Amino acid sequence: MKSILKIMTLLFSASVLLSSCGNNNGKSSGNNSALNSSNAEKVYVAPGEYDEFYAFMSGGYSGNLTVYGLPSGRMFKEIPVFSQFPTTGYGYSEETKPMLNTSFGMVPWDDSHHPDISQTNGVLDGRWVFINGNNTPRIARISLKTFETEEIIEVPNSAGNHSSSFITENTEYVVAGTRFSVPVPQADLPINEYKGKFKGALSFISVDKETGRMGIKFQILMPGFNYDLSHPGRDKSHGWFFFTTYNTEEANSLLEVNASQNDKDFIAAINWKKIEEYVNNGGGTKMPANYAHNVYDEHTHTATSTMEKEVLTVNPADVPGAIYFLPTPKSPHGCDVTPTGEYIIGNGKLSADLTVHSFSKMLDAIENKKFDGDAYGIPILKYEDILAGVVKSGGLGPLHTEFDDKGNAYTTFFISSEVVKWKIGTWEVIDRKPTYYSVGHLMIPGGNSRKPFGKYVVAMNKITKDRYLPTGPELEHSAQLYDISGEKMELIYDFPTHGEPHYAAGIPADLIKGNSQKIYRLDENKHPYAITSPDQAKVTRNGNEVHISMAMIRSHFTPDNIEGVKVGDKVYFHITNHEQDFDVPHGFAMIGANNSELLIMPGQTKTLTWEPKQVGVWPFYCTDFCSALHQEMQGYVRVSPANSDIELSWSLDGE
Amino acid sequence: MKKAGIIMIIGSLLLMGLFKFPLWNIMLGAPQYPEPLGMDIYIDGIKGVSEFDLQNIDGLNHYIGMKVIPKPEEMWEFSAFPKVIGGMVALGVLIGILGFIGKVSYKWFIGWFILMSILGVLGMYDFNQWLTAYGGDLDPHAIIKVINPDGTPMTYKPPLLGYQKMLNFDVTSLPHTGAYMMFVGMTLTIVAFFVGKKEHKKA
Repeated sequence: MKSILKIMTLLFSASVLLSSCGNNNGKSSGNNSALNSSNAEKVYVAPGEYDEFYAFMSGGYSGNLTVYGLPSGRMFKEIPVFSQFPTTGYGYSEETKPMLNTSFGMVPWDDSHHPDISQTNGVLDGRWVFINGNNTPRIARISLKTFETEEIIEVPNSAGNHSSSFITENTEYVVAGTRFSVPVPQADLPINEYKGKFKGALSFISVDKETGRMGIKFQILMPGFNYDLSHPGRDKSHGWFFFTTYNTEEANSLLEVNASQNDKDFIAAINWKKIEEYVNNGGGTKMPANYAHNVYDEHTHTATSTMEKEVLTVNPADVPGAIYFLPTPKSPHGCDVTPTGEYIIGNGKLSADLTVHSFSKMLDAIENKKFDGDAYGIPILKYEDILAGVVKSGGLGPLHTEFDDKGNAYTTFFISSEVVKWKIGTWEVIDRKPTYYSVGHLMIPGGNSRKPFGKYVVAMNKITKDRYLPTGPELEHSAQLYDISGEKMELIYDFPTHGEPHYAAGIPADLIKGNSQKIYRLDENKHPYAITSPDQAKVTRNGNEVHISMAMIRSHFTPDNIEGVKVGDKVYFHITNHEQDFDVPHGFAMIGANNSELLIMPGQTKTLTWEPKQVGVWPFYCTDFCSALHQEMQGYVRVSPANSDIELSWSLDGE
Repeated sequence: MKKAGIIMIIGSLLLMGLFKFPLWNIMLGAPQYPEPLGMDIYIDGIKGVSEFDLQNIDGLNHYIGMKVIPKPEEMWEFSAFPKVIGGMVALGVLIGILGFIGKVSYKWFIGWFILMSILGVLGMYDFNQWLTAYGGDLDPHAIIKVINPDGTPMTYKPPLLGYQKMLNFDVTSLPHTGAYMMFVGMTLTIVAFFVGKKEHKKA
């Protein structure tokens, strides 16, 4: 009997060993209790404890930015950026509608892709995070003090704002490149005249050192290729910017085939310092344009939208020696630069291999004028002269590469669905782990800087299938967290992500958590309809516009009885939250309002409009369970017929 | 009696700390307030430990019908206390100087101490009276009225010293830096008395 037990124990341990060695299938690794318990410890953040990193994940087609903790994978917040967000009233309130203004009018949605955190000297400084709107080209800046969108600038002459929003190492510029080339300026052209007539605009948007305020400094009008992704040079290559291209064939239809004919496309290497100097000395051509610049002021709690009418363009031929093409095989997608700035990696998405270019070899080739012809006057360097190495990965469909702080690189392979770890310099593959499934970007906190924090890598997948309990045909996307502190990567966690995260930016929590604002100061509220004391509450009429300046505090509105409103009026509820206590927002919802609710933070003022259509007495209430008396936090508006002569009146408790 | 005089002067001057630091501190923690709200009681008024604490304490207290925390001009104590402390400092320093140059006896030192102790006890008595009034004088229309098991309405007097659980709040009331400086100062005046006595015997 004893021996049978022994044998069974042995067999059981053997199966444990086997599954820990060879089995990387997430489904059956569930059998491995010993390994799983140590993995559980790695991702377990005890109740009340904090995560080590913030991860800002793009929302993709949600148009927003989500904030997660790592390693726990817990989501803390969804920050509305390019999309209306009825939860808070963003894009619905009078104050925030201008944030979504564009040259096309209000565009209440976008496709947000690549967040990037501001840097100083190539190191994350945690002041702002930038993100691009891909569809209607825009760049947004989000404050890491308020975690709110502070600014959105539209990018003219661009379409499919995809090789964006990457920042230079002192946040001098946030760079936005066009994926789709278009006529510049836009014109009524036959589409098949694409070749030679369409341009690809690469925009360098300056960022004010103090305020973060953005402005388009210059646009380079490049040949009509597709500019797919980009990254800044750093450290030794600071001053340069690298963009992958595809469709150097300049096809305008069935790109799937027609843009995949050239064996090599290009990485465009741009010496932006040289072009900056050129425009600072009066170079470039001012071109009429029309694009929105929307700025939110945290003191007036109000956004303003200004239409800019001009943009400075640069023709590459006018700045010789500033732009070169680096031939790169197989329609490269991701364009990544190592922390030292020496290597530029082209992830040839139709290939098994990665191409690594050397920055020093590139400079050398330029100096010795070793060119292999030109494209539209831009010199093409010789592939062999600039090549540092090729990573023979054995995987298929490399998309993106990030870096740790130990000289390793990590590349995602979409087709073979895996992350591959390789050594910078020797180009040898060290490890590979599957992802679930079809990974797009990956993220290492600080992985796009001189100083990565190489403890975790997050893989962001495009396909979820069976990873979680099924929720019908539509699923959230899935992310996997790998521990990369050792030689081999270890899959330690798997969690769903909201929207469709493309890229993400991570940062040690200690760098920003202390700056997170708790309240808005009421005594700094400069909103024109704000009231700082309940006795200033008032209701005024201007034609058919009724303006209500209202206060809210636990647990009542001042005023809460309003009469004299008529059918056909447009009622503006300007509501100020008088709390000055952390995490005491109040909500406001009006029956029949055709927009959204408002969620108003302490010290903040927001405005909701309401156009009453029916006679009656209509209630409003607080939507945020603010206090023990939350259910009592309500009020009424009496709506009289349009021809009524009832005067405006308002009160709280009969006063 | 030079040494004793100097100690007396230093001891009296330590009371000046009350003009800079709080005399007393009351902290209110609760599940919803992991960072407790707090009030620092100075001789010339009450301030929040964090900027908006008083407003937030008042906001919570309105549920149980408590009056708002008094402003300095609403209580005579906040104008009288600084004068009394200032006067006692001046008196102590004067006695110290006179002792130093041998014009008064060391017994004056203990005299000052006894006077200060009487004033201190009166002050504490007055403070306790205020706490009782503050915690017990409730609005009859209060939103939440809690009845004690014995049928009397619950009142909310914070403890004068120490800890007390009040509804969901953990209330702690303790002396603060100003008070500790005063205690040390007063102790030094007793030391001055004994040192003075010793010096007197030697001489």
